[in-house]
Amino acid sequence: MSLELQHPAVAPQRLSHQFEQIDQQNDSYIVGMWTFLVTEIMFFGALFVALTVYRSVYPDAFEQAHNALNVWLGLTNTFILLTSSFTAAMAVRSKMLGQRALTLVFLGFTILCAFGFLGVKYVEYSAEFREHHFPGPNFQWSQTVSSAPAQGDLAANSQVALGAPKVGVNEFPASYQPQQLELHKRELFFSLYFVMTGLHAFHVIIGICTLSTLWLLIYFKHPVVDDYMPVELAGLYWHFVDIVWIFLYPLVYLIGKQ
Amino acid sequence: MEEPNHNNHEAAGGHHHVTSIGTYAATYVALLVLLVLTFAVSRVDLGAFNIVVALGISAVKTALVVLIFMGVRHNSRLTWFWASIGFVWLILLFLTLGDYVTRQWVHLPLGW
Amino acid sequence: MSSIPLNPGAIGTGGRTRARENYLNIKHTVSSWLLTADHKRIAVLYMISISVMFLFGGVAAAGIRIALVRPHDTFFSSETYNKLFSAHGIIMVFFFLVPSIPATLGNFLLPIMIGARDLAFPRLNLLSWYLYMFGAVLVMGAIMFGGIDTGWTFYEPYSSVYSNTNVVAVIVGVFIAGFSSIATGINFLVTVHKMRAPGLTWFRLPLFVWAMYATSIIIVLGTPVVAITLLMVVLERVFGVCVFNPACGGDPILFEHLFWFYSHPAVYIMILPSMGIISEVIACFARKRIFGYEFVAFSSMAIALLGFLVWGHHMFVTGESMYSGMVFSLITFLIAVPSAIKVFNWSATLYKGNVWLTSPLIFAIGFILLFTIGGLTGLFLASLAVDVHLNMTYFVVAHFHYVMVGGAIFGYMAGLHFWWPKITGRMYPEGWAMLSAFIMFIGFNLTFFPQFILGFDGMPRRYHFYPPEFQMWNILSSAGSSVLAVGMVIPGIYFLWSLKYGAFAPNNPWGAKGLEWTIQSPPPSHNFDTVPIVTEDAYAYEAIYAAELAGDYSHVEAPIPYLSTTDKQVSVESPASPNSSEERK
Ligand code: HEM
Ligand SMILES: [Cu+2]
Repeated sequence: MSLELQHPAVAPQRLSHQFEQIDQQNDSYIVGMWTFLVTEIMFFGALFVALTVYRSVYPDAFEQAHNALNVWLGLTNTFILLTSSFTAAMAVRSKMLGQRALTLVFLGFTILCAFGFLGVKYVEYSAEFREHHFPGPNFQWSQTVSSAPAQGDLAANSQVALGAPKVGVNEFPASYQPQQLELHKRELFFSLYFVMTGLHAFHVIIGICTLSTLWLLIYFKHPVVDDYMPVELAGLYWHFVDIVWIFLYPLVYLIGKQ
Repeated sequence: MEEPNHNNHEAAGGHHHVTSIGTYAATYVALLVLLVLTFAVSRVDLGAFNIVVALGISAVKTALVVLIFMGVRHNSRLTWFWASIGFVWLILLFLTLGDYVTRQWVHLPLGW
Repeated sequence: MSSIPLNPGAIGTGGRTRARENYLNIKHTVSSWLLTADHKRIAVLYMISISVMFLFGGVAAAGIRIALVRPHDTFFSSETYNKLFSAHGIIMVFFFLVPSIPATLGNFLLPIMIGARDLAFPRLNLLSWYLYMFGAVLVMGAIMFGGIDTGWTFYEPYSSVYSNTNVVAVIVGVFIAGFSSIATGINFLVTVHKMRAPGLTWFRLPLFVWAMYATSIIIVLGTPVVAITLLMVVLERVFGVCVFNPACGGDPILFEHLFWFYSHPAVYIMILPSMGIISEVIACFARKRIFGYEFVAFSSMAIALLGFLVWGHHMFVTGESMYSGMVFSLITFLIAVPSAIKVFNWSATLYKGNVWLTSPLIFAIGFILLFTIGGLTGLFLASLAVDVHLNMTYFVVAHFHYVMVGGAIFGYMAGLHFWWPKITGRMYPEGWAMLSAFIMFIGFNLTFFPQFILGFDGMPRRYHFYPPEFQMWNILSSAGSSVLAVGMVIPGIYFLWSLKYGAFAPNNPWGAKGLEWTIQSPPPSHNFDTVPIVTEDAYAYEAIYAAELAGDYSHVEAPIPYLSTTDKQVSVESPASPNSSEERK
């Protein structure tokens, strides 16, 4: 399906003093960016591990808690991000071919999408704050909480959870309330939800800053952006932000249990 | 691994691959289709398979983004290497789960 | 400045009066240092900063040892004692050992060793130093004004729920420093991949470069995990979210998993660079190729990979499942293999070599001895049943000091002495260096060997008070630590002294192989005027070996007193350095 141009008229590039060839320089930048993205993958990866662990430990609580999220807003946001990824790819393409006006249009659209994403996020967050779903001392859970001990808890073997009493344990402290723990399990879900989406939103904000800077630089024809590399690298970053969301959306919004 | 590549001093200005608009658009449509698919499948109760399907679809979407939008399919082998190593290493991190799975095998009293 | 011949020994002997234009004297303004993008200047900046941090960490250590002289110490309050060992660990691990060799010697040598003019991203390199400084200042501020008492491991839930100290500030500092080391790692990886000189294939790379490459892989893959984990501790403290807090169903052991997923590999971030240095030093002073070059290179990579599979050995006696404990124990035994391969290959390299006993080599031999002890005691700890007895005792403390001080720091000292002439353009007094190597070796063993016995007898770590039965060994340890301190202060003095009074260093004082020895000392700003073309393997010492056996030492450019430390006769007629009397004490 490809109608690739083999010898496109690509704008000339400048060689930094430490490099010998433009190919070497381009590849260095791309590999460097990818190496950075690897660190980002590990960064979010740890959160996904935490999510998986807790979800397998508290399946019922997580199932309930995730139902409180708005899947439709999540869906909208996924759509927005995928679109922005497409326009970002187009922006890079236009920049490579030296089509300045098109680059500005596509970049601008990408930035708009990013703002749109944050806007939707804002609506979601404010609803969750209203319902006291933000973890911490004010956390509340209004829906009825089943006090039946969750199945498959790892409570039996570790100090992790004070689930239902198991063999070998006769007493719990007087202050122990199963209700309280059920509440906390939901709080745990929302903690992870806020940390993960919050961190993702933070990456979106960084993306907005980078892309807007590039937009301005291109608009004012700054020599730094004569080269297409800055746009290419920002594009890589932006696609990564999209990839994180590609996993976040189903794992947090769509699937409760395992 | 690849040889150091500045031993031959050709004129600067190597080869760049410009992907066609059609390819990008097709990818975009495919991503949207997959998005609808994840959503639809998640509304059906498949038990343990829900998560498998969701992860599978996400993996395909990621592959599309990485290979086409991020252009890795035209990049050097080195980029391929780095683009995959992050995902591979995540598997190591997920070995943590081994602890949680096997904890249930031992039956010790709470708070041992 | 004329072009530099790529022929070792062609120019320069000691006793010159004025250094030619080089990276140090090319500009003198403050901004030319603070805004430099030159990897060599950044290395020097890093060297100064980590030395200062080392001093702070050392002061905290002195405090600990003073407190432990008496079973019921009254010199410090117990709170202060907790803050001292925490400050010591945090500073030494995150602000000294992790950046130490990569950011100083690595930064300086990596581009030169592969024939490049600079790292791939010079400005990222500078940014890395600023991030480091920012983190360091933040952490030092937090430690000075209030302190932190969680230990360097920040274990949950103490760090998030109970500690009343400056946990947030310190963690943010460590977090930022983490990004500085990520920046270095990315830079090194790309540089090794893309900037090698023509002809410099992977199997011609000096082993130090391999070690840097393996280290960078660990940095890039591990650091983000600890960063996000520590960030969650901060979020727990600040916003009251719950991720690891058992009071709301979280699992503190998950914190330990994620923490050690980085922090075990991090011990290899500390030791691999030293191993690289040892390979360079031993090959040079044995005048031989490293025995089994490929094995040493691949063992670095094996360590980088396997190092990510053993983190659970820090958690044998937590609630970690015993099945995963068994697997982790097994893999931990496996990882001793690549380390042992290296020790074996170094010894085999020395065997029948034409050994020239200089101070770098003495440090290197110290490294081999101490690292072997450290590694073997690691195997004790890796045995599940034994660890139940030994974990959280002084045995663990002794183990990791044998690898981190006896290993990593001895390696750093070896490298610092080996490349000091290249970096500063001055020779240091060899006699003093040898003396300090011996003092350090003795002081180190006096300090830490008793701790094996203490731990075996059951003295727990991180306690302010201990039963009086343990006092004898503790006194020995504290006494030893003052000897060790003397051994570390002496190099500090003579290195500074040499900057002003040392003899000018020739280009290749040791008659060593490697691109860094083919350029002037100190190197010019752009390292190479023409890109060097590499035509031979690393450590091609055969010609030198043969020449020395025939009594020809003309390739050795060091000023005379250096050679007089061996019994071999010298044929080179270098002018005596102006400070030869100093050097014999
Ligand atoms: C042959 C290789 C090694 C083996 C088999 C090994 C094994 C172990 C084991 C099993 C422990 C856990 C002990 C416990 O907490 O009960 C441990 C602790 C430790 N090791 Fe090693 N180790 C090795 C090499 C190293 C190296 C090279 C370093 C650093 C340069 C190092 C630094 C540490 C540190 C810092 C700790 C203690 C961490 C803490 O609890 O504060 N180890 N080692
Ligand atoms: Cu370890």
